[in-house]
Amino acid sequence: MAHGILTMRRPVYLLDAASVGGHEEAAGPLGAYLDRHDAKNDDFGQDTWEAAESEMNRLAAEVLLTRAGLDAAEIGALFAGDLLNQCTGSGYGLLPFDVPYFGLYGACSTAAEGLLLAALFVDHFGGRAMSAASSHFCSAERQFRFPMEYGGQRTPTSQWTVTGAAAFLLGGDRAEAARHGRAVRIAEALPGITIDQGITDANNMGAAMAPAAADTILRYLRESGREPQSFDMIVTGDLGAEGASILCELCRAGGAELAGVHRDCGLLIYDRAATDKHAGGSGCGCSALVLAGYLLAQLRAGTLGDILLVGTGALLSPMVVQQGRSIPGIAHLVRITTKEATA
Amino acid sequence: MQTDTTYKDYAKSHAKKSPLARDCARAFLVGGAICAAAEGLTTLYEYLGAAQETAGLLVSLTLIVLTALLTGIGVFDRIARFAGAGTLVPITGFANAVAACAVDAKSEGWILGVGAKMFTIAGPVIVYGTAAGVVCGLAEWLAGLLR
Amino acid sequence: MTYLWAFLVGGALCLLAQLLIDRTALTPARILVAYVVLGVLLGALGLYQPLVELAGCGATTPLVGFGFRIAEGVRKAIAEKGALGVLTGPLTAAAGGTTAALMSGLLAAVFFHAKPKN
Repeated sequence: MAHGILTMRRPVYLLDAASVGGHEEAAGPLGAYLDRHDAKNDDFGQDTWEAAESEMNRLAAEVLLTRAGLDAAEIGALFAGDLLNQCTGSGYGLLPFDVPYFGLYGACSTAAEGLLLAALFVDHFGGRAMSAASSHFCSAERQFRFPMEYGGQRTPTSQWTVTGAAAFLLGGDRAEAARHGRAVRIAEALPGITIDQGITDANNMGAAMAPAAADTILRYLRESGREPQSFDMIVTGDLGAEGASILCELCRAGGAELAGVHRDCGLLIYDRAATDKHAGGSGCGCSALVLAGYLLAQLRAGTLGDILLVGTGALLSPMVVQQGRSIPGIAHLVRITTKEATA
Repeated sequence: MQTDTTYKDYAKSHAKKSPLARDCARAFLVGGAICAAAEGLTTLYEYLGAAQETAGLLVSLTLIVLTALLTGIGVFDRIARFAGAGTLVPITGFANAVAACAVDAKSEGWILGVGAKMFTIAGPVIVYGTAAGVVCGLAEWLAGLLR
Repeated sequence: MTYLWAFLVGGALCLLAQLLIDRTALTPARILVAYVVLGVLLGALGLYQPLVELAGCGATTPLVGFGFRIAEGVRKAIAEKGALGVLTGPLTAAAGGTTAALMSGLLAAVFFHAKPKN
């Protein structure tokens, strides 16, 4: 049972979340769910893109704690990460908050990874915990690809890094959870296993991550004995159009039909028909914003009842790709539900 | 589970391909237009009194400065998104690579940022162009000796 | 007439590169390096000059032409300085364009800063 589903032994609630986005995200289909945004140029008043990303993190945490009426002393742990080297985006942004800090790197799966770890923390120790994840289009381009003004073309399978940060608050108090609607619970988690199936094209992350997503989803379904259709939604982080299509085929080959129930945050966050986003959104901020805004709102309202969030990440670095190595993927699964916990 | 080669092949065949005809047409038209415009500028500079070699250099200078300007104001990358190789292959590509890197690296300072990173993208062209020149030069010189 | 050839030849060199970018695993960086090296080789062998005479800027503006200029510069330098010309020729030929790009880049960095894409 070492690799099995982790079931929370006590109710662990996603009490609240706050999200901060850039101008593309604010203008997108889910823009109304953002708590804060920069409508102009994504710099949030800072001198560098990296500082802008940090500022997004700071804002998200600040909005979250203010709305909850809590201060740092009441939070047991903070699990956070981003795409930048040494996770300086979240690291520097969350400096003002004196909470025991765990820096994470899960690439674009960081939101799910942080949520998972925070849930386990609350499940074991009680009290409250936070998680956070962010990405910024400009800081990610600088690090992984090209300078902003470089005149290159993007391939059809490439994705658009989301400029966004979200912070999540978890705790065991049901009354606190029910403040904004139905109480939303982190019921189960299935940590991902890294899988490398030989993709060397850094412009096709979807293909690199799909095997890991399929592996996690199939393992979960197999062990839980549930059918995909028994969930209201199985939502992956950022497989994009390319990866989502491959995922459905891989799962079909593995005996699970995802058609109708599968969504992808990368495809939800932008209107691909109206804007040139190629295969869709990506980055830690992608699943973070969609979960913190749209998904949480639907769960609280009752339009979604029982979902699987599968954060997906591609664990590459530009240097390693230049060295000819292939790209491993990982997918962390969290079951988020408004169904009551059974004894 | 599939072996690494078959999944890679599957992903490759599955991947959405760039619209070749559209991309090639755009590259051809924009690239051709840039070269024709350069030819026009050459004629203009020669008409204004420049010798042939000087005119050639002046045309390069014009294209480079214009590219750097368009890069700085944030317009060049939009043209390049449309034109692809049409702006990449002419000297405009070289100038854009240098300007884009320079502007981007400003946040790390003038020495370690702009100074060090300016040729990150354009560097290989200079390195291997020079290297090829040295190799060919060596061959020419040796050939000259043997004559 | 040269204008038409400039358009056609320049366009064709760009089209070929686009074809390679879209349909092969070759990255733009590798293609451009190949172009400049090709230009040097063709220039050294005397095979590029006819194209330059036909198409003018259609042959010299693309990166292949940059390589051609390097080859010409090397030939001239060897004629003037002998063996030392092998070392001084290439960068001297590239000096004009490289210095112009360097200075424009520096000025661009002085006056502008990066903006997010739209």
